[in-house]
Amino acid sequence: MAKASTDAVIRVKDLIVDLKGHRILDGVTLDVLRGEILGFVGASGAGKSVLTRTIIGLLPKQAGRIEVFGVDLDQAEDEAHRAIERRWGILFQQGALFSSLTAGQNVEFPIVEYLDLSQRLTTEMAITKLEMVGLKPDVYRKYPSELSGGMIKRVALARALALDPEILFLDEPTSGLDPISAHEFDELILTLQRTSGMAVFMVTHDLDSLYTICDRIAVLGDGKIKEAGTMDVMLASEQPWLKAYFHGARARADRQVTAKHLQRS
Amino acid sequence: MTAGTLTVQSGQSGGDRLALAATGSWTAEYAQALEPLVDAATRPHSPVRSIAIDTAQIDRLDSFGAWLLERALRTWSAQGCEAKLVGLRDDYRGLFDKIHAGTQKLTPEPPRQNRVIATLESVGMTMATVGDDLVLLAQMVGAVIVALKRVLLRPLTFRLTPMVNHLERVGWQAVPIILLITVLIGAILAQQGIFHFRKFGADIYVVDMVGVLVLRELGVLIVCIMVAGRSGSSYTAELGAMKMREEIDALRTMGFDPVEVLILPRIIALVIAVPILTLFGSMAALYGGGFVSWLYGGISPEVFLSRLREAISVETFEVGMIKAPFMALVIGLVACVEGLRVEGSAESLGEKTTNSVVKSIFLVIVLDGVFAMFFAAIGM
Repeated sequence: MAKASTDAVIRVKDLIVDLKGHRILDGVTLDVLRGEILGFVGASGAGKSVLTRTIIGLLPKQAGRIEVFGVDLDQAEDEAHRAIERRWGILFQQGALFSSLTAGQNVEFPIVEYLDLSQRLTTEMAITKLEMVGLKPDVYRKYPSELSGGMIKRVALARALALDPEILFLDEPTSGLDPISAHEFDELILTLQRTSGMAVFMVTHDLDSLYTICDRIAVLGDGKIKEAGTMDVMLASEQPWLKAYFHGARARADRQVTAKHLQRS
Repeated sequence: MTAGTLTVQSGQSGGDRLALAATGSWTAEYAQALEPLVDAATRPHSPVRSIAIDTAQIDRLDSFGAWLLERALRTWSAQGCEAKLVGLRDDYRGLFDKIHAGTQKLTPEPPRQNRVIATLESVGMTMATVGDDLVLLAQMVGAVIVALKRVLLRPLTFRLTPMVNHLERVGWQAVPIILLITVLIGAILAQQGIFHFRKFGADIYVVDMVGVLVLRELGVLIVCIMVAGRSGSSYTAELGAMKMREEIDALRTMGFDPVEVLILPRIIALVIAVPILTLFGSMAALYGGGFVSWLYGGISPEVFLSRLREAISVETFEVGMIKAPFMALVIGLVACVEGLRVEGSAESLGEKTTNSVVKSIFLVIVLDGVFAMFFAAIGM
């Protein structure tokens, strides 16, 4: 486990979010620390995506406070807001690549918008990013409709990483990938995180990811954070949902595999 | 944070050796300024054989800075120099190795063709696709007939509820806008007619003109153009979105024929709706024409009606109405063909929707011409 310094890059305090008259989040308090990978779990429909989308400003909140890099997002001027948006990268669940642009243009998009670089350097950076996420440079000219699901996720990751963000939001990065690709994707996120030191906020249901790459795990239930801490804290928890989640059949099988894996390596 | 720099350390350089020092922030913010520095440093230095970049003074390094360093190293290697980084901090080592592993091997783009040839080629391609369009349209006609036959043999399998739903959307909900537009068209027609006929003292013939024109041609044409723009486009967009989200494939794998489930109810709804809308539209246009004749031309409603009775016959009305279901069929077929041709991207959805409207309006007008010849031949 990497040593995470204690200052928080994201501070969410008493967040309340209603959607169509239903209270989805009811007082969520959560910190994401610099340089950590935070796994975020919760039952389907518990509001994990809602929290992510509220932090990145896609959904309005009813009450509470969200601070990113120590700046209260409510108080931030447009200029400051843009500066913060430049420092985070988001990987959407379906990739959300712009379908009318090639993979390369997708990655170049934020670079062109935020930085005034020469065409040559822009192209080289896009290819570098594509190669960093394990793709061949030739993907550069392909359109999203010509790519497989795993490749779309990788291109989307390359786009999220285009400006070397300090926070990376991942919404179920390994969903829809086969176990080998999912494992590779986890490894990729881990190496990229270790090389750049960015904070990663990862919504996931993949127990493998939780075991292998997450420094800390937060559990959302009934609109609140039920528990937050390392895997050991999760395993020791007596809360019924956590017990079912981390001690269920799938979790047991997973743990055995992980244990074997650890013994061998 | 200080801007990144790249300077020659003159003390340690000399002969075939060159020592450079990189300092400050080698990050995305400063990449614009750093690139010329790197380019300047990598211009061929004739006597230099061995180059070292001291990176110990770099405060911050991200992938942009790392790539610029890597680019410098690669350029020097290509020039036959021995180049290396000295004093790279351990926490940047991983990032640099990741960048270093990249190949940047992009297959060159195929060379651009001669403009004239490219233009000619695109014209040729467009013409060739016209043939494809006709084939696809014919296939769709066939598929719809097959589905219709199957439904006629087992009438209970017909999807009545979706059909009624579509009927409401393309028929009932279209009534207000169709009435509004046809009233205006009728009114404009009458106004123009009176304005010009008055010079010859032939005001009264405006009734003949409005009556014949609206009932035979304009009523059905205006309604069809409106329906193509309003309902044909929505058919294409709906089917296209379903195609994009694999809903149509899902139907097919469950053993349903998408033509029977999705397309037949839509087309039947159009074939029922368009004649009704044409009837309403024509009546509204006559009303608009009569109203303007009264207010602007001083032709009282009684005179207008009796003149209209002499000017038109049931045949005039029939000519217009007979065309309506055929035109509806063309609009529906084109819209569904285009919908099923949508591919993965949002752009393609937009393109096919545009195509759907343009092609169906074009075909409606062509069909109108064909009918004109047909009716002339049979003396109607």
